[in-house]
Amino acid sequence: MAAGTLVLALVPLVASNYVISLFILLYANVALATAWAFFSGATRYISLATAAFFGVGIYVLAIAHVYVPIPLALAAAAIVGFLVALVVGLSTLRLRGVYFVVFTFGLTELVHQIINWWEININKTTSRYIFTDVSNVNIYETLLAAALITIVGSWYVNQIRLGFALRAIGEDETVARHTGINTTRVKVVCFALSASVMALVGAALALRYPYIDANIAFNNTWSFQVLIAALLGGPGRAWGPAVGAIPLLLLSEYLAGSFPHHFSIALGLCFVVIVYFLPGGITRLLLNLYHSWILRSRAGPSGEKMGAH
Amino acid sequence: MDFALARGTKRRENGRALMASSQEILLSIRGLRKAFGGLVAVRDFSLDVPAGRITGLIGPNGSGKTTVLNLVTGELTPDDGSVIFNGQEMRGAPSFQVCRARIARTFQLVRVLPYMTTRENVMLGRMFGSEPTTPAHAAHEADALIERLGLSGRAGMFGSQLTYIDQKRAELARALATRPQLLLLDEWLAGLNPTELRIGIDLIRQIGREGITIVMIEHVMEAIRALCDHVAVMNAGEKIAEGTPEQVLSNAQVMQAYLGGDDVAA
Repeated sequence: MAAGTLVLALVPLVASNYVISLFILLYANVALATAWAFFSGATRYISLATAAFFGVGIYVLAIAHVYVPIPLALAAAAIVGFLVALVVGLSTLRLRGVYFVVFTFGLTELVHQIINWWEININKTTSRYIFTDVSNVNIYETLLAAALITIVGSWYVNQIRLGFALRAIGEDETVARHTGINTTRVKVVCFALSASVMALVGAALALRYPYIDANIAFNNTWSFQVLIAALLGGPGRAWGPAVGAIPLLLLSEYLAGSFPHHFSIALGLCFVVIVYFLPGGITRLLLNLYHSWILRSRAGPSGEKMGAH
Repeated sequence: MDFALARGTKRRENGRALMASSQEILLSIRGLRKAFGGLVAVRDFSLDVPAGRITGLIGPNGSGKTTVLNLVTGELTPDDGSVIFNGQEMRGAPSFQVCRARIARTFQLVRVLPYMTTRENVMLGRMFGSEPTTPAHAAHEADALIERLGLSGRAGMFGSQLTYIDQKRAELARALATRPQLLLLDEWLAGLNPTELRIGIDLIRQIGREGITIVMIEHVMEAIRALCDHVAVMNAGEKIAEGTPEQVLSNAQVMQAYLGGDDVAA
């Protein structure tokens, strides 16, 4: 894994600008999908607020980069994302099922409109410019680090008590409460952790935008794309969402380039296909293939031969 | 290993000898009330649960037994009254705090986590109950409890793969893993066949002997007679009788509540 990380970290030395840009988007999607699944995959509180926290990150960077060094602006984005989610979580995580989904969907629009109003009426503007001398390579390394830390962090949490608490909440919240789990605290803290990654990714990507406004920052497509990526990969394991995010991004890059008008239809079709044919995502498919391969190779020499050919 | 996880409670055998004179009360419910809109589900309900014994809570369907249990465990908040456990007011405490204070429960409709293994189900109780610990340590103790409750060989099966009685066992193991002083069983014996019922009764008796105080809501009178020293009867949200199983089951008011007025008159 360390070797793989090193190779990825060195990609910008040899790659073209297009490849670097593609990888930047890839890491952003991987980090977002992993962060989404960390909370929503485990607890089954399906959130459509990814775009809201992502957009908050963009705005924090756009405002803060004028006053403080970029690393501090990125950190500020993560912190503000965390705090916004903390407040939102405390007031809404008692909603369950479809009510929570609808609320989080509305949240993006709410934050969008509040920022719009604030920009127009208080700041007398509709947009902001982002002037930085941050190179694509720096953004590449930042998002690579963010994606890796999110995956490793997610994997680590799965091993400790907090991971069990999250999964218990997802399976039966009443049982979780009666087993001594402070469900409110677990949900709010993990929702906020997940949101801080989303805000950080938004802020890092914003370094590539010369110009932003509320419509650019708060785009619901992010929420859906991340959800589909996580489901495609399979939210059950820390590396699952990454496995889904990579093919989905490559597919959407291809579709956006070749059939710009049919992109949403293709995305929608993917969603339908995943739900019907891959309920456990690619992860489950790979694990099943792996297990049947192990069984076959254990079946004896003839089985091994069959497996090899 | 035994179930003797409770602290400061007398062994049941000792308790029986001392019964008449010095009765330590573990849970004291006073004037409990809960209404859902216009329907008063529990009205002025009081009950003393002696430490180290098995108390039965019986009554017709809809008489408010499960509501009492939900009020004690923080699933519902009482409109009025108090719930004193170990000298501490528990009224309005959230469920996770009630659990950590050493009150464990099972559910009327069995609730095991379907996509967690039996072992993981039980580990949850140990990891988050009254004495929180790490997953590794919890796994070790979960296996011992699983063995003890007759679930050996099924530790790695998912909750959804277990048979009905095994789900009930897993749920009970999870409750015991929280290390309770007081165990609340909500019709834990319901739906078992005669053989399973005998196993279940023995299991509850054994847990009681290890020093854990038990309150059991039950419709199986055979079990109430076999296990309980003390029985409270509820009807329409109120306690209508209390005493030994023999006393309450021969009580005219109790017969009326179960069978209806005409049957008693006839």
